[in-house]
Amino acid sequence: MDANTLYCSLELVAGSGHTLNSEQRAALQTSLVILRKNYKFKRVLFWGKIMGLKEDYFIAQGRGEDELKDRTSLYSFNCIDWLQLPPATDALINHVTTAAKGRFIGDPSFVYDHDPQQRPGTEKQAEEVMAAKVTEEMRLAVTVHLIDEEVSVVPRGAFVKRPHGLVQLNPSFSGLSESEAIKLDNYLHFSEPKNLKKKSILELGELNPAIDFLDVLSDDIPKGSWSLQLECAGRVCVLRSLLWLGLTFYHVPMTQQHGYIYMGYGNKNLDLPFML
Amino acid sequence: MEDPAAKVKALLLKSSSESQLSLYDHLVQVLMKVIDEETHNAVDVFEDLSHHVKQCSLEERQSVLKDFPQPTPAELLAEQQRLLFVCTDDADQEEDLVEMALPNVSELRFFLEQAGVGLGREEMQRICLALKQLVDSEALLCCRLWGKILGTRSSYIVAEAECREGLEEEEQSAESTLEQEERHDDTKEKHVNEKDPLPQTNFKPPPVVPKEAIGTGANKFVYYVCNEPGLPWAKLPLVSPAQITAARHIRKFFTGRLDTPIVSYPPFPGNETNYLRAQIARISAGTQASPQGFYQMVEEEGDEEDEVLRDSYEVNPDFEGIPTAEMSESLSTWVHHVQHILQQGRCTWVNLATKAGDDSNEEEGDEREEAENEPEPEVGPSLLTPVSQDAEMFNSPPWSTKLSSRLTPQHAVAVLHSNLWPGAVTYACGKKFDNIYMGWGLKYVGEGHSPALPPLPQKEFPSGPEISEAVDPSVEEEQALEEALEEQEAA
Repeated sequence: MDANTLYCSLELVAGSGHTLNSEQRAALQTSLVILRKNYKFKRVLFWGKIMGLKEDYFIAQGRGEDELKDRTSLYSFNCIDWLQLPPATDALINHVTTAAKGRFIGDPSFVYDHDPQQRPGTEKQAEEVMAAKVTEEMRLAVTVHLIDEEVSVVPRGAFVKRPHGLVQLNPSFSGLSESEAIKLDNYLHFSEPKNLKKKSILELGELNPAIDFLDVLSDDIPKGSWSLQLECAGRVCVLRSLLWLGLTFYHVPMTQQHGYIYMGYGNKNLDLPFML
Repeated sequence: MEDPAAKVKALLLKSSSESQLSLYDHLVQVLMKVIDEETHNAVDVFEDLSHHVKQCSLEERQSVLKDFPQPTPAELLAEQQRLLFVCTDDADQEEDLVEMALPNVSELRFFLEQAGVGLGREEMQRICLALKQLVDSEALLCCRLWGKILGTRSSYIVAEAECREGLEEEEQSAESTLEQEERHDDTKEKHVNEKDPLPQTNFKPPPVVPKEAIGTGANKFVYYVCNEPGLPWAKLPLVSPAQITAARHIRKFFTGRLDTPIVSYPPFPGNETNYLRAQIARISAGTQASPQGFYQMVEEEGDEEDEVLRDSYEVNPDFEGIPTAEMSESLSTWVHHVQHILQQGRCTWVNLATKAGDDSNEEEGDEREEAENEPEPEVGPSLLTPVSQDAEMFNSPPWSTKLSSRLTPQHAVAVLHSNLWPGAVTYACGKKFDNIYMGWGLKYVGEGHSPALPPLPQKEFPSGPEISEAVDPSVEEEQALEEALEEQEAA
């Protein structure tokens, strides 16, 4: 969620039970301004909190010219000193997903032990050695990347794709109407589309290429991996991901206010098919 | 000679055959809008401005014919919640009682916010008023905000209350009449079947573990839930040991509707009401903690009543409070004050073998056998055991402690998070502490939940000549046989 509207946004997503205390809020209001200046971001978002056994990671995200591609994630323990996370490459994602399991500890230099004896082979040996040295900082980078990839949400029309391919905030977005806001079709994944190319020409014909350049939430598998509710006396539309428990998205119908935050343990809910 | 400008203006003024608008008027309106509103970067959003102007002109005309507005969910809820803010005047008589019963939710919110937990200020205020409504309508002696359980379609706000003495008897009598009715039904069925008796199975279902009475063990408190503050509170039924043991094996999301059936394997006895109650019992037993010394055991005379003693405690009047710095570092300063639920699904162990013997007096032989292999009684940790003695599961410690503030630790509160039940939080500050649960009502299961497998299919009956099918002889074969028999007789 945007750092400028952090205070009121936190109240709107508080229905999930997690919030920030006043010391952290005050610290964020100070440090995110400095962060934006130092890193020359166009916009800074408070991304969320990943709770570890000993310490909690606070995550901020800077956005550049292109909102979809120019993203930089940073973490902090005290909401003041921010450290940049390494970029999550495909190779890194593979290493981390095989090596790191269980809860986050709260120590970025913690090394996850991994059994390199599982797949004996000359080629794979090098990979395994890499995988054996997965630090928690790498895992954090991958987790943040995966959450962004799989469950970040925006309402339809909030972002436009410019003719040059840049994705930017839509200045004339005036919010979903009350009847639109309770339908999952009007919310989009804010990541590179995967299902869009698989759609038939007939389906694509109805879409507006400037707005509908992202995947729709209602196409997610399994069906029912989102929980859509009206909260705060029925005025705010709140979406919770059941795949990454802790991700909360809010949108106030008929206004521009929308955003998402992750406050959880950084573990993907792999049991989802059994739980619906 | 015509003025070319006038010619162009005439062209622009030409009204469209469809909308009866002219481009000239439209441009005037758009430019007026830009000038009036001083739109920033107007050229970039010109098409939107134009669109908006057209939309506005259309809306005005449509105002004559409007749909009858359907009440939105927000409006319906607001009507319900309005009742929370109505001041009742007859509260004067029972003022003392209400003050005792109603929890101080604002104070709770203040401390929880420091711990990084909360539902938002307005929501907490509404919950406070809803609790007041509950206390007034049910005349509860003591009530506490237990927490919030998130569901896929709506959430549950859970209130914990101490039951009144009268209530207990009412419910028990109601239950016993129900049971009697069931027995009547059984006997009737037997009478009907007497003429043509079906073969009786010799399978005896394993004895059912009896429920704990209201006010003891897992049923120590009664729980009320509602979806939104202002909506009616629903009372949850008592929990049975079978439900607790079944809930341990399944992993399901709550939907937010109490009457939803629980479709799971192994099957769960009951619907979402019972599942919710079972999870509440498990969470309470696992996560409710208090600073050491806040409660003390009730000291009574007579050593025979050991079992009774174990589940009663009282507030220690001499408790001075433990420094928060110490509480945030050492787990041994926190103790459980809710009884552990045993494997059997009860807090106090009951010997099923003897119970079964009492019921069926006919089979004395069985009784003796059962007496021989009497099961070992299950014993859990006693009350007020420090949480540091909890076992480590899934390679992670069961509890984490934190201090709420780094910069001003002298005014911070100590916070205890449960790692087995993510979402369960306890704070302590001086003599004050409270427990709350806000989460999905699910236990941490380490690396993925593996559902129980169905039992192996039963073996088929061994095939032999007496059950295998023979091919019917054809007419020719029968005739041949008859002829052979006749020949034998003749011979």
